[in-house]
Parts: sequence; structure tokens; C-alpha cells
Amino acid sequence: MSEIAITSAYERRAKYRPVTEDSPLARYALIATAVLFLAVFLLAPLAIVFVEAFSKGIEPFLAAFDDPDALAAIRLTLLVAALAVPANLVFGLAASWSVAKFSFPGKSVLVTLIDLPFSVSPVVVGLVYVLVFGGQGLFGPWLAAHGVQIIFAVPGIVLATIFVTFPFVARELIPLMQEQGKVEEEAALTLGASGFKTFLTVTLPNIKWGLLYGVLLCNARAMGEFGAVSVISGHIRGLTNTIPLQVEILYNEYNNVAAFALAVLLAGLALVTLGLKTFLEWRHADALSGSVRRH
Amino acid sequence: MRFPEAFADTKTIKRGASIRIEGVEQDFGAFPALRDVSLDIQSGELVALLGPSGSGKTTLLRVIAGLNSPDRGRVLFDGENATGLPVQDRHVGMVFQNYALFKHMTVADNIAYGLKVRPRRTRPSRSAIRTRVAELLQFVQLDGLGARYPAQLSGGQRQRVALARALAIEPRVLLLDEPFGALDARVRKDLRRWLRDIHKQTGLTTVFVTHDQDEAMELADRVVVLNEGRIEQIGTPEELYDRPASPFVISFVGEAVALPVAIADGQVRFGGRELHIDTHGLRSGPARVFFRPADIAVAAEGNGDLEGRVESLRRTPAGVRATIAIDGYDQTLEIDSPLERSASLGGRVPLSLAKARIFPADENGGYVNAGDGI
Repeated sequence: MSEIAITSAYERRAKYRPVTEDSPLARYALIATAVLFLAVFLLAPLAIVFVEAFSKGIEPFLAAFDDPDALAAIRLTLLVAALAVPANLVFGLAASWSVAKFSFPGKSVLVTLIDLPFSVSPVVVGLVYVLVFGGQGLFGPWLAAHGVQIIFAVPGIVLATIFVTFPFVARELIPLMQEQGKVEEEAALTLGASGFKTFLTVTLPNIKWGLLYGVLLCNARAMGEFGAVSVISGHIRGLTNTIPLQVEILYNEYNNVAAFALAVLLAGLALVTLGLKTFLEWRHADALSGSVRRH
Repeated sequence: MRFPEAFADTKTIKRGASIRIEGVEQDFGAFPALRDVSLDIQSGELVALLGPSGSGKTTLLRVIAGLNSPDRGRVLFDGENATGLPVQDRHVGMVFQNYALFKHMTVADNIAYGLKVRPRRTRPSRSAIRTRVAELLQFVQLDGLGARYPAQLSGGQRQRVALARALAIEPRVLLLDEPFGALDARVRKDLRRWLRDIHKQTGLTTVFVTHDQDEAMELADRVVVLNEGRIEQIGTPEELYDRPASPFVISFVGEAVALPVAIADGQVRFGGRELHIDTHGLRSGPARVFFRPADIAVAAEGNGDLEGRVESLRRTPAGVRATIAIDGYDQTLEIDSPLERSASLGGRVPLSLAKARIFPADENGGYVNAGDGI
């Protein structure tokens, strides 16, 4: 008797959905749309990069890296990232430290300024740098007189990259440091630690995963930046072409295999970044700030 | 429980410094957090800073620690000016609210921190640090928990780690910010007794901040009552109970009933009645009379200062507890009276005050300058 009653109760319940749940049809339709969208707009292009790169076999793919211009582009990209990322690491740390641990007039203005590179088109950034440092620009004549070349040279590319990638470290650290407050630092100070020692032994360990996360995103963007660098570099082969610029040039010359071979490098970088990012989010979610989910 | 020997041997450390605070003021923007605070704390004393939130008690503790630098005034340790001394050089042991343990370090590393960060020439050897940590762990009754992380400890245990960490640097002064604030009631009680013991053993000058008057009264030799950035009164628990210096103190420390009264011709009048309170030359005008609920009792017929109506009666082991609405006062009072004088429900009873204090109003409408009553 009672068994029958229970079964029917279950059956009855199965017919009713929680009010927050859509009908199965709607659910499958939504999921299918999302998957289709991802496949068409994200996975397919990524796959095509690899397919095109290896379309004539492995030999032409490798040959693309024999080109001295391609090698120069790779070297320049690495050099730019090696300069821009540490610079932003230091700027980002300094900015988030001052925003999170001190109160001073103009703090909200600073926070807004940190976000500026996200809202300004990279092309505009490049143009602005040309106007400021170019031959007819604000400091151009003075710089030329002292034999310093910024525009159409490596320094300009580095500056533009630093500007474009500035928010990544700071945006990650500010909420994290605000959340942690400064009480542990104060404890370290009362125990006799100097400011620098406090930073090394208390602050840094508390933010290391968030910092790594920010650096990772910063690096991916620094290597992949196109717009600002394109304006400022002058596209001088073997001298001021980074990988993204070299890819564009090769593609415009109908050298598809070489273009996609270099693109594979960038795509690989993106995949590695994505993998590490997912790992950090999975393994150290508690040590990252809430802002992580916004990226 | 004994304080580790290693501490007793150390001749270089002045244990239990006296603290003097002279005219300290601090503003946070337009908000004055401390206003002309002066205070003398004897060597080895256990002092509580008591006040409601926003009274400036934590700010004062941070000024002593060197975490805040006051806008005006001086802080002296053992008579030496320490106002400009950086926090690192003050040798204060600070226990923060919520403990501020280093999350990424083990308990042992937390305790050893203050020794490890010393410059090389004053840093104890690694084995000496290990020994010290073991002693301190034993001292705070956490033997064997050195390898754990703070997240793996209970609130009471974290509190002990924070204390051991503060004691490790052989402080001259021990400062505690709301030391029992985040603990449940039973642990609080244990730790209170324990803090008292620790103070006795170490002989350290100890200052703690609390908003809980019971805690302050039970633990401290002297209590500093703060309100709106000012010191209202400094005194032993007895003095605060028996001779509160201001209406704020009498209301904040223990329960008190306040009656608005008028002084005229040396008499204190409440409603139409005269209260038998000595005005010893207080000037005429509005005033307030404060008394403790325990100091009011049902009086013999025709003998009372006040009169009230019995709202309800409840039998207790000792007699009867009556809820009485005093004429002219908007709240009811619970008054214990012996059985033989018990009143009838709804009836009127005369009430007499055993003890009361009167505070005449000043020009600004505040109430100042205490007068002992009755």
C-alpha cells in the first residue's frame, strides 16, 4: 500500500518543474544556439588557422620560420612583451597598492584613468603617440635633436603596448587588495618588519595568484596587440614588425602558409594562456578576487 | 602555566613600560576622532578603553601603537617621547581585532615572524627561534598545533596564536583591540580569566579596547571611558560605579534611570514632588537625576520620593518583583520588594531612592558637574 503511494507521489512530482526552470524544449534550443555560435565564431576560425598553416604539409610550415623577417618579428614580439609586462607589473602593483591601502584626494580619478586604455581604441592610442613623439609632434623636434627615435622604432612600440596593457595587472589587484585590507601589513609592522620586508613576506604571498593571473592576461594582450602597434611601428620589415603585423603583411602578399604559420604561434599562446587561466581559476579561485569572473 | 624563562632572562628589554598620553588630538577629515586626550598608565597596569563605537577608543590604541600619528599631542613610553618613533621601533605587542594572522603561514611561522624579520645582528639563531616558538606554543596551550594554518584553528585558538605572536617580540606594552569581540560567549569567559592570568605572569603594561562594560569592569585595574573622542572618566571599576563623573558614564556603565528635574531654592522637584536630594549649592535650573534600578525600593507609606502604579507582579524566591510605572516617567521599572510590603496589582506605591546623582544642565543644554545625591 504505502509503496504504491510513494511511487505515485514521485511520479506526480516528476511532472512538476520548479518555477525557475524553463521547459526542456526552451533549454535545448538555448544550449544549441550557444554551442552553434561558439562553433561558428570561435572554434571554426581557430581550427582554420591550424588547417591553413599545415595545408601544404609540415615542410612549408617550418620554412615560414626560416625567413629572417619572421624571426625578427618573433624576437621583437618577445622583446616588447619582456619590457611591457614587467613595466606593467610594477605600475600595476604601485597603482593598486596606493588605491587599496591609502586614501588620498583624486583616488577615484586614478581608478577611472586606469580603465582608460580599455575604453580608448588602440588605433587612437597609436595616433596620439605619433602626435606626441612624432617628427612634427610635441616633443618630436627636441627628441630628434638629441638623437632619440621613438616613433617607427622599438621604444614607441613598447610604449604603446604598455599603454594598451596597463589595466590588466591593476584591475586584477585592486579589488583583491581592497578585499584583504591592510591589517596583516599592520601586524607585520608592529612585529618590527620594515615596509619592504612586509611587502615581500606578507603582501606578495597574499596576492601572488592574482598577480600571476593579471600578468598572464597582460602578456597575452602584449604579444597580440595590433592596432596601436600598427600605427606607431611604420611596418619596417625585420625592424619594427611584431608577429601580428608580420601576419598581416604575409597575408596581404597571398603568402597564406607563412601567415598562418605565424598565426599558429599566436593561437598557441592564446590556448596556453586559456589553459593556465582555467587552471588558476580552478585551483586558486579563493586567492583571486571577485573581479576574475568579470573578465 | 608559567611564562617562558627565556623572557625573564632578557635584560635588554624594559618590561612593562609606563605610558603617558598628553593632549592627543586626531582628526579624520572633518571628524575629530580624538579630542584633547590625556592619560597616564602605570607600569604593569591593566587598563581598559571603554566606549561605544565611534568613541575613539581604537584610534587611541592605534596612536599608542604608532599605527596612527596624532595631529597634536605627545605619547611617552617610560617618560621618553615616542610620538615620532616608527611603529617598528616601539616594541608594542599588538593583538588585532579578528587577529590579523598571516593566512599563508603556519602557526609556528606566525609566532616566529617578529623574530625572523629582525636585522641579522639582533636576530636569534634558528634553533633559538624554534625553542622560543615551542615555549610560546606551550604557554598559550597550543602544543602540537605549530604546523597548522590559521584557517584550521577555532576562534579561541587563533586568539591565542595572535597573543603568542605579539609576546614573541618581548614587547614593552601589550595592546589588544576588542580581544574577545569575535568569540562566542563561553569562550569569551574562559579567555577573560586567561588574559588576567597572563597579565599577572608577564607583568606587562596592558591596554585593551572593548565596548563591553562587563568585560572592562571584570578585567581592568582602571577603566578609561571614552565618548565622542573625549575621555569622560578614568577610574577603577568601583569609582565608575559609585562616583560616575558624567551622565554618559552613569548611563553607559551599568543601567541607569534618568529623570528630568528642576532645581529651585535648594530643592529638587520632579513633577509636583520634591525629591530628597542634597543640592549642596547647585544653581537653580533644569537638571537630571540618575539612579540605578537597584537603588529604588518600595517605601513605607507617606515616605517616598516618587510614586508609581503597579503594572504587574511576579513571585520570585526572595519576594515579589513588581513592574512599576513611575508617575511622569515613560518607562516601567522592575523593583524587588520583600513579601510583607508587597503591593497590590494596579495599586499605587510610594518609592524611595537609596542613592542618586544629580547633573545640572549647563549653558549649552548638556549635563555636567556631578553632584552626589541623598
